[in-house]
Amino acid sequence: MGKLAAIYRKELQHYFQSIIAYVMIGSFLALSGYFFFSIFRYYNYLSYQYASYLANQAGRGPYPGGNLNLIEGVMRPLTGNLSVVLLFVLPLLTMRLLAEEKKQGTFELLLTYPLSDLAAVIGKYLAALTVFAVMIGGTLLYPAMLAIFANPEPGPIITSYLGLFLMGSSFIAIGIFFSSLTSSQIVAGAATLGVSLFFLVIGWAAPFAGPTLSNVIAQFSLFDHYDSFSKGIINLPDVTYYVFLTAFFLFMTLRSLESSHWRS
Amino acid sequence: MIQAENLTKRYGATIGVTNLDFRVEKGEVLGFLGPNGAGKTTTMKMLTCYLPPTAGTAKVCGFDILDQSMEVRERIGYLPERNPLYGDMTVRGYLDFVAQVKGVKPAARRGEVDRAIERCGLEQVPRRTIGKLSKGFQQRVGIAQATLNDPEILILDEPTLGLDPKQIIEIRQLIRDLGGEKTVILSSHILPEVSQVCNRVIIINRGELVAADTPENLRSRLTTSSVVRVALRDEGDALARAEGVIAKIDGVIAVREKPRERGMGALRVECAPESDLRVEIARSLVAAGLPLLELYREELSLEEIFLQLVTEEVS
Repeated sequence: MGKLAAIYRKELQHYFQSIIAYVMIGSFLALSGYFFFSIFRYYNYLSYQYASYLANQAGRGPYPGGNLNLIEGVMRPLTGNLSVVLLFVLPLLTMRLLAEEKKQGTFELLLTYPLSDLAAVIGKYLAALTVFAVMIGGTLLYPAMLAIFANPEPGPIITSYLGLFLMGSSFIAIGIFFSSLTSSQIVAGAATLGVSLFFLVIGWAAPFAGPTLSNVIAQFSLFDHYDSFSKGIINLPDVTYYVFLTAFFLFMTLRSLESSHWRS
Repeated sequence: MIQAENLTKRYGATIGVTNLDFRVEKGEVLGFLGPNGAGKTTTMKMLTCYLPPTAGTAKVCGFDILDQSMEVRERIGYLPERNPLYGDMTVRGYLDFVAQVKGVKPAARRGEVDRAIERCGLEQVPRRTIGKLSKGFQQRVGIAQATLNDPEILILDEPTLGLDPKQIIEIRQLIRDLGGEKTVILSSHILPEVSQVCNRVIIINRGELVAADTPENLRSRLTTSSVVRVALRDEGDALARAEGVIAKIDGVIAVREKPRERGMGALRVECAPESDLRVEIARSLVAAGLPLLELYREELSLEEIFLQLVTEEVS
């Protein structure tokens, strides 16, 4: 346990003592701020429309724009956008985890210490997860601002952050796996991005795949599983999906490290 | 302390090392000597449990490098060839990290790191960033991390590579000092270095163990001895008998058996300086009725190997 904690602290220190964490968290927060601003601006515009509609057309049937609601109108589009941004940002965070050490040769030394592969991988994984948590933690500012000026439902906000966190942890597991396969950070990052993107778009094939296959394909999509979280539902199959995906790629990372002993 | 038996590593079709047999006793400073690509690093990587051997095995402090790798790793301090370090950490921060990963108890950690810093002469630089230190100091940091948690064995791969002459002298002194309390294996392709620092030398060339002896003995033998290779059909106790017969010939210094292959057994006969015993050997083998197949003077002799080695550095 102490050894795992040592790896964790070292990685975290690397992120925060260099400029990496600040640049990544900073750009992520800047982007998310922009999204929040534009989505909220649009929502604002719709509410004015609604108000004037009520004033002019009072009592002549329902408003055609649908029901205005902060969760549907702001939080869902916001977290939906953030999940796509994460898809691009997290590979940059994870690509160095093992690839950098392999390149510098420090990994060889690490493997000759009395340290299990599991402790090394989990320590590194948790460090990346922490940076990621800080990253999305920063965006909690936006729902907090909403809560000051209006009354958003807290439930769906909490579940959509839980969903984001689970989705991000799968991206990070995919990232550490590809980082274990190569000593080139670029290759690791690009492969992670490719695979994650594939998980994003695979759902699009579902409608054309025939009745049985389409069901299977839809189940693979990283983003379809996020949908229920953003609506305020914690659905066991969705949670299981992310947890399984994370565990699977962490397991594959361990296997890949083991095989690198034999192949090198 | 270390016992290697038939240690073999193949990379696909390429041979890393074949059939290495050697022992290292407690407190010894052993040098692996050989040209680049001879298999020194491969051997060290196997002893540190980084590479599993293709065949054969080794025991470190009685623990098998394959089956009891954690026990072995706890007893070994390793300095890899290029001395990989985390350049963005401070000396103390790095050593503290390594101590934690090696499982030093929190209460003992500070003292352990202090000791390593003192032992390796890093007192002036504990707060400096490793990446900004001179190569000599970086090498000391590398050795310091190897000595953390008081391992019984230190394995140092080319510890003086790329240093300037003054730094080389300092690092050699440091290794000699460590040799008093620990068993040290170091590799080098420089003969003078090995003869200054080591009690015993193993010479490896093209993955094979060529010689193992003290530097003094080696040197006297190297400058003068000549080697004859004898091949016999591998039937019954022919090889053992041949060994006995050859050993009795005047001027033969040592007879060593080589790995057998395809029904053929080979002997390597080391003869007295500048002598040619081929005729005598052939006669006595035939007289003893032994199935002699080949007999020739060794082409790549120790001298030649050593010439390659010695000419690398004229210091």
